[in-house]
Amino acid sequence: MTKKRILAAMSGGVDSSVAALLLQREGWEVVGISMDLYDYSKVTRDREGTCCSLDDLYDARRVCDTLGIPYYVLNLREEFRREVIDPFVREYKAGRTPNPCILCNEHLKFRALLRKADELGAEGVATGHYAVIRREPGGRCRLFASPDAGKDQSYFLYSLDSDRLRRIRFPVGEMLKEQVRRIALEAGLPVYEKRESQDICFVTDDSYTRFLENRGIREDHGRFVDREGNFLGNHKGILGYTVGQRRGLGIASKEPLYVVAIDAEKNEIVLGSDGETFSGGATVVTPTFVAGAPPGKEFRATAKVRYHHPGAPCVVRATSDRLEVAFDTPQRSVTPGQALVLYDGDEVLGGGWIECAGVSRS
Amino acid sequence: MRKVYFDHNASSPVHPEVAAAVQPFLGDLFGNPSSIHWAGRDVRKAVEDARAEIAAFYGCRPLEVILTSSGTEADNLAVKGAAYRPGNAGKHIITSQVEHPAIMNTCRFLETQGFRVTYVPVNRQGIVEPDAVRSALAKDTFLVSIMAANNETGCLMPIGEIGAIAKEAGVLMHTDAVQATGKVPLAWETLPVDMLTFSGHKVNGLKGAGGLLVRKGMEVEAVLHGGHQERGRRGGTENVVGIVAIGKAFSLLSKNMAAEAAEVRRLRDAFERALFARIPDIVLNGHPTLRLPNTVNISFRFVEGEALLLNLDMMGIACSSGSACTSGSIEGSPILLAMGADPTDSQGALRFSLGLGNTDEDVSYAVDAIETVVTKLRAMSPLYHPQRAKVR
Repeated sequence: MTKKRILAAMSGGVDSSVAALLLQREGWEVVGISMDLYDYSKVTRDREGTCCSLDDLYDARRVCDTLGIPYYVLNLREEFRREVIDPFVREYKAGRTPNPCILCNEHLKFRALLRKADELGAEGVATGHYAVIRREPGGRCRLFASPDAGKDQSYFLYSLDSDRLRRIRFPVGEMLKEQVRRIALEAGLPVYEKRESQDICFVTDDSYTRFLENRGIREDHGRFVDREGNFLGNHKGILGYTVGQRRGLGIASKEPLYVVAIDAEKNEIVLGSDGETFSGGATVVTPTFVAGAPPGKEFRATAKVRYHHPGAPCVVRATSDRLEVAFDTPQRSVTPGQALVLYDGDEVLGGGWIECAGVSRS
Repeated sequence: MRKVYFDHNASSPVHPEVAAAVQPFLGDLFGNPSSIHWAGRDVRKAVEDARAEIAAFYGCRPLEVILTSSGTEADNLAVKGAAYRPGNAGKHIITSQVEHPAIMNTCRFLETQGFRVTYVPVNRQGIVEPDAVRSALAKDTFLVSIMAANNETGCLMPIGEIGAIAKEAGVLMHTDAVQATGKVPLAWETLPVDMLTFSGHKVNGLKGAGGLLVRKGMEVEAVLHGGHQERGRRGGTENVVGIVAIGKAFSLLSKNMAAEAAEVRRLRDAFERALFARIPDIVLNGHPTLRLPNTVNISFRFVEGEALLLNLDMMGIACSSGSACTSGSIEGSPILLAMGADPTDSQGALRFSLGLGNTDEDVSYAVDAIETVVTKLRAMSPLYHPQRAKVR
């Protein structure tokens, strides 16, 4: 009997390497692949710790050699530019702080790669994400946070629905990081002690501003103002600031000042006290739900407003194209452009993009 | 799984007689060819015998052969070796838009060093037209470098005519004959060419050895400075194993080339005919006849070359697509784009290059596999509508 084929997305890191190994042990015919997303020669060669630098591709290839599986680098530059970089730049221009990793998961890892899986005769795609897919009788799939709370990546995966989850596997999703490293060490995979990957892979020189400037976005100096619009000082261009930021504002004041809002149209940055960075709610657009629809018109959930946010109990009112989220207690730095992800306990219900902090009164 | 190797333009299998010929040099014959003593002498003889075989194959003098580590090194030696001759600084070079990266990137480097380079275009069929070279000539042109046959399409360039134009203008002529060597006749005596590049592993020899023919009387500046090897034109202890392998490979070619080329042409033509008979909406890239006998480059419309290539690999069939970038992924072919191919078509292009060991069974297995994969991929493509495609 021929084995069933699956694509293992390899980043060159320990998690995806062990994921491929575990699939192989389960009896899959594993095909290792990496995505060629941009011109790697423009990213510093030794910059470890992104999803996929040129050195990481080397590591991925060596892991596949060790496993004795084929390895291909797929050219997805065009899709990456269209679906991730362009929106990233657009969002920044609009004064929001975008999250390209979610877009990359949504459009590249779990859309383009599933198409590649079809083309290559594979059942689906596996990655090294820390999140758990439960397959119910009848075929419905549900998404849960990883038991390793420190590593959980379900926040980045909220936009996957049941139909897509059915074709996706997270072989290390239910493990602890230490277990994963141990498996890699025991299996002799050459990557067991690599550092974690966290950075945004395509931003070079650790400088957003330079990356964006290279994309033709000019930095116009503008005004820092308070809530009432009073002039507080000059900023160096909105690209360099994000909501909740305190350091590097260069404004002398009795109490510490924080960025509380960015107005791209006026090229103004609103500063305020610690208390003013808190919001009672958020308006969320382009919502999606793992189950295909929200659990009700109005329901309780826990909202994460950024990756490492511990989660805030809230009430959600759902309409067809947006969610109005009211937190039980106000939350710090609810940032337009970031994703808000809704949980019921460990289960991911869905989420969307934060359009503005605070619940609209309409 | 059956394995079919249709990528001989990338590298070719080592001929069994070549493998046998190098055995003594992995054992007792280990000396340095530059040494005065017996251990060096025996090895030196082997190197010079190989040089003589190369010379006999091309019809040149043994001392016109400079042995190098690769075709790439020989290309570097030809272009930089001419450019760095006294009096050539900042002057003009003519090459084409479809050269191998060994020429292309050497020329781009020389541009950063103050040289001027004209990259002449090719016509729709992938051929450099002699008139394009003629009109690119400048007062200070000192070098024309045009390949003898293109690696991706197999197109044969009119290097005789182009060489004559160069000669008439008093300009040096180099040709990269890495792909042409062993597949079509190249007579050094009558070719109006001053330098010619060849490589061992494309002609059933070993990787790591190649060379440059340099016509007697012409001087090139060394690129690798070191010992006095190759009469001071290329430092570094000789790759004896690789050189012995080339010698053997060329001696086999001197005997068998015509018959082998005819056989590979028969297989290639059968393969090409079957593909065109059985798969609709495919396009030949390159010239129908002015082409290496072993190469065929085809665009499968409405299919991505990458998907096709990987599927064929998983079915045991080795071929190639476009050019690999630094990461190892596939990019659209700059060569097909230079020919004016539709960018979408150039995405779906595959190169099949046949050679030693291929059989009729290989051809029929590959044709079946390609038909199956193309049909499957087109069924998934939102762009492919057979009815409409037929009307186009």
